[in-house]
Amino acid sequence: MAALIVAGATQPTRRRAPIRVSRLVTYGVLIVGAVLMLLPFIWMLLGSFKDNAEIIANSTAWLPQVWTFENYARLIGGLNFTTAFANSVIVAGACVLGNLVFCSMAGYALAKIDFAGRNALFVLVLGMLMIPAIATFVPLFVLVTNLGLSNSLPGMILPYLVTPLGVFLMRQFIGELPDSLLEAARLDGAGEWRIFAQIVLPLSKPPLATLAILTFLAQWNNFLWPLVVAQTEDRYTLPVALALYSVGQNGTNYGLLLAGAVIVVVPILALFLFLQRQFIEGVASTGIK
Amino acid sequence: MTATTLALAETLTERPRQGRPPRRVRRTLMAWSFALPFVVLFLVFGAGPVLASLAFSFSDLRARDVRSPFSVNFVGLENYIDIFSDATFVRAIGNTIYFVVIGIPLTMALGLLVAVGLNAGINKLKGVFRVSYFAPFVTSIIAVAVVWRYLYQEDGLLNALLGVVGIPGPDWLNDPAWAMPALIIMAVWRNIGLPMVIFLAGLQNIPKELYEAGEVDGARGFTAFRTITLPLLRPTTLVVAVLLSIGYLQFFEEPFVMTNGGPLDATVSIGLYAYEQFGFGNYGVASAASYVLVIFIVALGLLQFRLFRSRT
Repeated sequence: MAALIVAGATQPTRRRAPIRVSRLVTYGVLIVGAVLMLLPFIWMLLGSFKDNAEIIANSTAWLPQVWTFENYARLIGGLNFTTAFANSVIVAGACVLGNLVFCSMAGYALAKIDFAGRNALFVLVLGMLMIPAIATFVPLFVLVTNLGLSNSLPGMILPYLVTPLGVFLMRQFIGELPDSLLEAARLDGAGEWRIFAQIVLPLSKPPLATLAILTFLAQWNNFLWPLVVAQTEDRYTLPVALALYSVGQNGTNYGLLLAGAVIVVVPILALFLFLQRQFIEGVASTGIK
Repeated sequence: MTATTLALAETLTERPRQGRPPRRVRRTLMAWSFALPFVVLFLVFGAGPVLASLAFSFSDLRARDVRSPFSVNFVGLENYIDIFSDATFVRAIGNTIYFVVIGIPLTMALGLLVAVGLNAGINKLKGVFRVSYFAPFVTSIIAVAVVWRYLYQEDGLLNALLGVVGIPGPDWLNDPAWAMPALIIMAVWRNIGLPMVIFLAGLQNIPKELYEAGEVDGARGFTAFRTITLPLLRPTTLVVAVLLSIGYLQFFEEPFVMTNGGPLDATVSIGLYAYEQFGFGNYGVASAASYVLVIFIVALGLLQFRLFRSRT
């Protein structure tokens, strides 16, 4: 709002250039908005270096009076955040791998092979696209328990090793590849597996990258299913650890919780800054979190 | 799978030839071998549980039956009758609808505003803006909720900022009237990036000539926005609305961390209710509650399927 007023005040002196004024207003509004978007992150980062007494005494100060790494030391040392970090990496990594391999295979079959049951399979995939985790977590828990996989990382990974979104994404892209290319290879006597591995996969790097990013993002932030599966601290993923500390006995230790939030958020933000185009285009093309 | 076997049998009987199986059968076998790992995992951990969840919702399954889920009794609509006569669940439906109906238009309007701003011939800082507005969308709701719970304290940063402009802020998360608005504001902040990028793509598809033609007819500024931009963005708007609805309907992590559904059930959601029933060991009731959410989402999914079909 402040920027709006400032920009408005400059209007009379610049009456001859209305375009420039409107541009100033646009910039003003966008800058104020962007600052508001980033404030919680800056606040989180600064707060994570304060000790709890300071946070309680003054909950509106920005800079720490005394910078301390104590919160991080406690999370990494006493509270097992290193294990949670490793669990998060393993779960997300395994799901990325599973989706890349299995969804591209199924996507290829759906896109380029004319077979009995093709339409039925594709309709089933489409129908499952929008089904949320909350719809299936009870029977999944019963299933995973009976498989002897409760409180285990495989139990966390298996339900997300493939996703209908992954198949949908790969099928859409592979479908765009020219048939003539594949026919030529078939005429040369190449089998379907060779065509898939040597022609389709190398040409599918963009959707594979998108799928890897979306899967990693979804799994890094996934909460409900890891929460249901994990029963002991050594199985927590980062969001589970942070959430359970925040509603447990550390619930008022804000310095500690903010440091925990930093550990959850910074890796994905760093990845996002590094691969922003792929993130934004991937999300925009599917719209799925 | 039975449908597939039938289809396979059909093709087998279709072309009875001697020697090598006909090409179509070989192709079908080949295709299914490509799809096999996906299909098995997908049926066991995806489609199967959707049906099992429906079945559970008509049963008296409880935590002690977890090793013998097939030995439970059919109880008809009892679980559904139970939840709909539970004031907390009715409140949860109301809260979920509140979250969706207020949160989504707000998110879309602000996302559109930013997209229009970014599309208005801005060159400097465009990348910085895009990253800033999109960044919250990639972060964990749990982490975000932890940070905002602290911002929302009565003597917290938000009220200090409001105090600067002379507004006495409420005790956001402990006030039954303000707890939901607090969660909605946070959700808008976190999700604004999604409508922004989709609207931006939509805006870039509108030909410049249309605005030039509009200018001849005297349509500029807001008039041009209302008569040219908005009607042409209608398909994009629908897609954004459906996508956001699916996310917003599931809201669960925010109350889990920030309010535990309180104060006085003011922020309990369908998702949180289902999870709590699961925690109490009432698996049948939890399944029924989660299926109510599925019905909401399937209705939206059908809408999107229609949109998808009409676009291709």
